[in-house]
Amino acid sequence: MNEAPGRHEIESLRAPSAAIGFSPARVMAMVERHLYLLSSSPVRLIDLAYWPTVQLLTWSFLQLYVGRTSQLPVLAAGTLIGGILLWDVLFRGQLGFSMSFLEEVWSRNLGHLLMSPLRPGEFVLSLMIMSILRLMIGLVPAVLIATTFFGFDIATLSFAIPFLFINLMLTAWSVGLVTSGLILRNGLAAETIAWSAMFAMMPFACISYPVTTLPSLLQPIAWALPPTYVFEAMRAMLIGNTFRLDLLVESLALNLLWIGFGSLAFRALLASARRAGSLLSMGE
Amino acid sequence: MSTSSPPAILAENLSKTYDRVPAVDALSFRVDTGSVVGLLGGNGAGKTTTLAMIMGLTTPSAGSVRVFGADMARERGKVLHRINFESPYADLPHRLTVRQNLCVFGKLYGVPKLKARIEKIADALDLAQFLDRRTGQLSAGQKTRAALAKALINEPDLLLLDEPTASLDPDTADWVRSHLEEFRRRRGATILLASHNMGEVERLCDRVIIMRAGRIVHNEAPDALIARYGRETLEEVFLDVARGHGVGARLEKARAIP
Repeated sequence: MNEAPGRHEIESLRAPSAAIGFSPARVMAMVERHLYLLSSSPVRLIDLAYWPTVQLLTWSFLQLYVGRTSQLPVLAAGTLIGGILLWDVLFRGQLGFSMSFLEEVWSRNLGHLLMSPLRPGEFVLSLMIMSILRLMIGLVPAVLIATTFFGFDIATLSFAIPFLFINLMLTAWSVGLVTSGLILRNGLAAETIAWSAMFAMMPFACISYPVTTLPSLLQPIAWALPPTYVFEAMRAMLIGNTFRLDLLVESLALNLLWIGFGSLAFRALLASARRAGSLLSMGE
Repeated sequence: MSTSSPPAILAENLSKTYDRVPAVDALSFRVDTGSVVGLLGGNGAGKTTTLAMIMGLTTPSAGSVRVFGADMARERGKVLHRINFESPYADLPHRLTVRQNLCVFGKLYGVPKLKARIEKIADALDLAQFLDRRTGQLSAGQKTRAALAKALINEPDLLLLDEPTASLDPDTADWVRSHLEEFRRRRGATILLASHNMGEVERLCDRVIIMRAGRIVHNEAPDALIARYGRETLEEVFLDVARGHGVGARLEKARAIP
C-alpha cells in the first residue's frame, strides 16, 4: 500500500478558487431549483397565499367586531391585524426555510446535494433567500387585504418595517436551522417539528397582548424571545406612535445569539448525521 | 500519469460501526487513476457504507479515505467538483424537468458552456426527446439515463456508481455499459462500481474487490480470481464466496488460525 500523499500533493490538486470558496453562483443555482419547483406547481403557489389570507380575514373580522363593541383604543389601533401580519412574517419565514429544506428530503435529493461542491453555508443561504421569496408570495396579498378592506394603516409602521422584518426573519432562520438540523439527524420522524416549533413560542411572544399580561413567573421567558420585543415595539408605534429603537436593538442582540446558536446546532447535527450514516438513505 | 500523483482512492483501515456492530471493518485498498474497479458483495456486505464514506457522506469510525489525496472527512471540498455519483438511494427531483435538473447540477458543479454541455450529454445518452419532460414522468430506463447524465455532467475524474443497471432491461443495461466504457476510454476517468451483476463487472472492471460482512475477501483481477477458484464465471466465484466455499473460505479459515 502506498503512503498517503504529502501536503504539497494535495495543494497541487487544489480546485479553482471558485470551486472551493464561497460561490454565489451555487447559491443562485439552488434558488433557481426551488423557483422551478414553485413554478411547476400552481397548488404550491396558492397554498403559500391561502393560509395567511384566511388567517388575516379571521383576525380582521374579530378586530372589527371587538372594536365596535369596546372602547379600548388598543383595539382601534389595529394591533390585532398588525400582530397577525408580523406573526405571519415569523411563522411563514421559518416555514419557508424548513419547507424548502424538506423538499430536498422528500425528493431524496439530499445525497446529490451534499456530495456536490455545494457548501452547507451556501445551501443555508439559498434556504434563507427562498424563505423570503415564499413569505412574500404569502404576505403581499394579506397586506393588501388588510390595508384595502380593514383600514390597517401600514404607514404608521413605515420606517420601522425593515427593523421589524429583519428581526423576525433572523428568529425565523434560527428556528429553521435547528429544525432542519434535527431532520438531518433524525430523518422525517422529526418533520413535525418543522411545522410546530414556532407555535411553542406563540403564547410567550405576546403577539396580541403586552408582556405585562403574562404572570410574572412567565415574563422572563417572554423577554428571552426576540419576537417579544418586536411585538412590543409594534404596539408602541400603533398605539402611542412611539418608535422604540431600544426594543428593536435588544431584539437584534438576542437574535444574533439565536442565529449563532442555530448555525452551531445545524453544523453539529449535520456532523452527527454524517457519523450516523443517515444522509444517503434519507427520504420518503 | 505522473508517478507522484496520488491514487484516485486510497482507503486505510477504513471502519464504520453502527451501535457497536461493524458495517465496514478495517478496509485498506487503493484505486489507481484511470482504472475501473468493481465493489462486490451480498446485501449488507458494506458496499454502500464504503461508497458513502468515499463520498464523504458518512464519517468513518476509524481509518481514513483519501480521494485524489484529499481526506474525505476533512478536505472533501477540495475534490468534490472532480467526483460525481449515481445511486439508487438518491433521486433527481421528480417535479423538475430533466433539463432543469441538469441545469441546476451543472451550475452546482461550475460546468462551463452549460447549455451546450446539456445538449451534448442528452444527445449522447439518447435523452434529447425527454429533456423537457418532468423527471418523475420518465420510465425506469429513462430515469437511469437522466441520473447518469447528472453523474456525467461535470465530466468527473472519479465516477462512483451504485448498481447503475439494477432496474434496467438487458438491452438498456447493455447500452449503459457501452456508454460507461466509452466515457472511461475518452476521459481516462476512474470508476468504482458497486454491482450485483457479475457479467457487468467482468465486462467493465480491471479489478474486483469482494466484500463479506464488512471485510475485503478478495482484491484482484476478475480473470485471476476466476482461475484461482477454478470456475468459469465471476458469478460462480461470487456464489462460492457468499456461501463460504472454495479457495476464499480456505483462505479465511487459514487467516483465522493464530
